[in-house]
Amino acid sequence: MSEVQVNEKGGGGKAKQKKQILRVDFTPMVDMNMLLITFFMFCTTLLKPQVMNIGMPSQEKAEVPNKIRESTALTVIMGANGNIYYYEGMPSDELYKDTSFLKTTTYKQDGLRQILLRKNEGTYQKVQELKVQLSSSKIEQVLFDSLVKQIQTDANETLKIAPNVLIKPTDKSSYKNMVDVLDEMLVCNIGYYQIVELSEGDRYLVYQKTGNDSYLSEQQKKDVSSNKK
Amino acid sequence: MAKIKVKKQSTFIDMTAMSDVTVLLLTFFMLTSTFVQKEPITVNTPASVSERKVPETDILTILVDGHGKIFLSMDNNEQLAKAVQKVGGDYHVTFTPVQLEAARRLTSFGVPIKDLPSYLDKTIDQQDAFMKEELKKGNNPRIGIPNVSAADSTATAQTAIAPEQTTGHKASADNEFKHWISRIREDNQKIKLAIKADETTDYEVIKRVINDLRDLRENKYLLVTNLRTASSD
Repeated sequence: MSEVQVNEKGGGGKAKQKKQILRVDFTPMVDMNMLLITFFMFCTTLLKPQVMNIGMPSQEKAEVPNKIRESTALTVIMGANGNIYYYEGMPSDELYKDTSFLKTTTYKQDGLRQILLRKNEGTYQKVQELKVQLSSSKIEQVLFDSLVKQIQTDANETLKIAPNVLIKPTDKSSYKNMVDVLDEMLVCNIGYYQIVELSEGDRYLVYQKTGNDSYLSEQQKKDVSSNKK
Repeated sequence: MAKIKVKKQSTFIDMTAMSDVTVLLLTFFMLTSTFVQKEPITVNTPASVSERKVPETDILTILVDGHGKIFLSMDNNEQLAKAVQKVGGDYHVTFTPVQLEAARRLTSFGVPIKDLPSYLDKTIDQQDAFMKEELKKGNNPRIGIPNVSAADSTATAQTAIAPEQTTGHKASADNEFKHWISRIREDNQKIKLAIKADETTDYEVIKRVINDLRDLRENKYLLVTNLRTASSD
C-alpha cells in the first residue's frame, strides 16, 4: 500500500541516484483503528457503578427498637406512585385522628431536602465547611470522614438536636424511592436514620390521608370495614 | 501564448495525523474501560450521589428484576463452582465433572437448583437463548433462584425439593436463595453482598430479599446505583 514516488528527470544521461520519497498510506490503518474504537465503545462501560452502604438492624435486636428522641424524630413514609409523606415527633392517640398531622412532600429538591436541611442545619453547615477544606486539600479524606462522624455524634448525643429519621417504605413504593430517600440522607449529612417496618398506626395515617385501603394490614382492613357497618 | 497547464493534483490525503488521533482514542478506551458484564436481565439501577465505587474483588451481586426474580453473580468462579457443588449436595442434586467445569465458567445464573444440571449442560449461547426465551413468559418459576418462604406461595413450594436437614442449615425447604447465600458465606467470610435491583422494583420484593439476608445475619449490603448527574437531579 505504500507508494514510491520516483522523481524522473527526462533525458539525463548520467546515472544519478534516484531520489525516492517513501509515503505510506495510512488509510487502512485508520480504518482498523476506527473499527477497534467502535468495538470498545460498544462493549465497555466507562463508569463503574456506585455503591451505597446500608446496614439493617439485625433480626435479633429488632425486637428491642433503638431509642428515638421524640423531639427530633422524623418519620418519612414512601407511598405508591411516587407519593411521600412525613411527620415529626411521635404520633399519640389523638393525633391519629388529625389528618393534617401527616404531611405530604415531594422527592424534589424543594421537598424532602428542605425539611431535612431545616432539621439538620447545624450539622450540615459544619460538614459543608469541612468539605471546603477537603476540596482545597487542607485535610485528608480519612480525617474528613472521622470529623464528620464526630460532628454527627455530637449533634446527636451532646446537643441532642440531630434528627433521627425513620424511613418507612410501604410495600407499593419502588426501590427507586428507597434509594432516593437514602440519597437525601447522604446529601443532608443525616447521621442517624434507619429503615423500619410500617407500624399499624402509620398504615392508618396513610390510609386516612389517601383513602386507599391497600396501605392497611389485613387485620386493619377487617376492623375498618366492620366500623363502617 | 503559453498553454495553461492543468496541474494534475494528487488526491492522496495524508492519513498520518488521523491515524495518530485514532490510536490515541483507542489507547484511551483500552485503558479506562472495563468490559460490560453479561447479565441475564437488564437492570436500570437508580441514581445516587454516593461516590463509593464497587469493590473489585470479593463481591457477590444479587440481581433482582422487576418481578422479584433473583440472579446471583460472583467475581470468583472457583468459589461459585464450590458453592454449586455444596448446594447441589444439600438438595440431592449431583453434578457430573463436565457440569462442574461448566459451573466454573458461569458469570451469573438464576435457575432453581433442580434445573441447574441441565442448564449447565447447555453451551453458553444456549444458556443465553434459554434465559431470553423463559424471560419472555413473564412470571415463571423456571428461572430465578426461588426465595419464596413456605407461607407465601404454593406453586413454587410444590416443585421444590427438600434440602437435607443434617447439614444444620436453617434455610427452609423452598428458600434456595438463603441456602446459596449461607453456603457462599461459609467459603468466604470477606465477601460483600451487593444488591442490584431495578428502580421500578416494588419495595415489597426488596424487603423479602433483605429479610432473607437478615435471617442469615447478613446486615450490611451495598446498593448498586448510578452516579446522579446534575440533569437527573
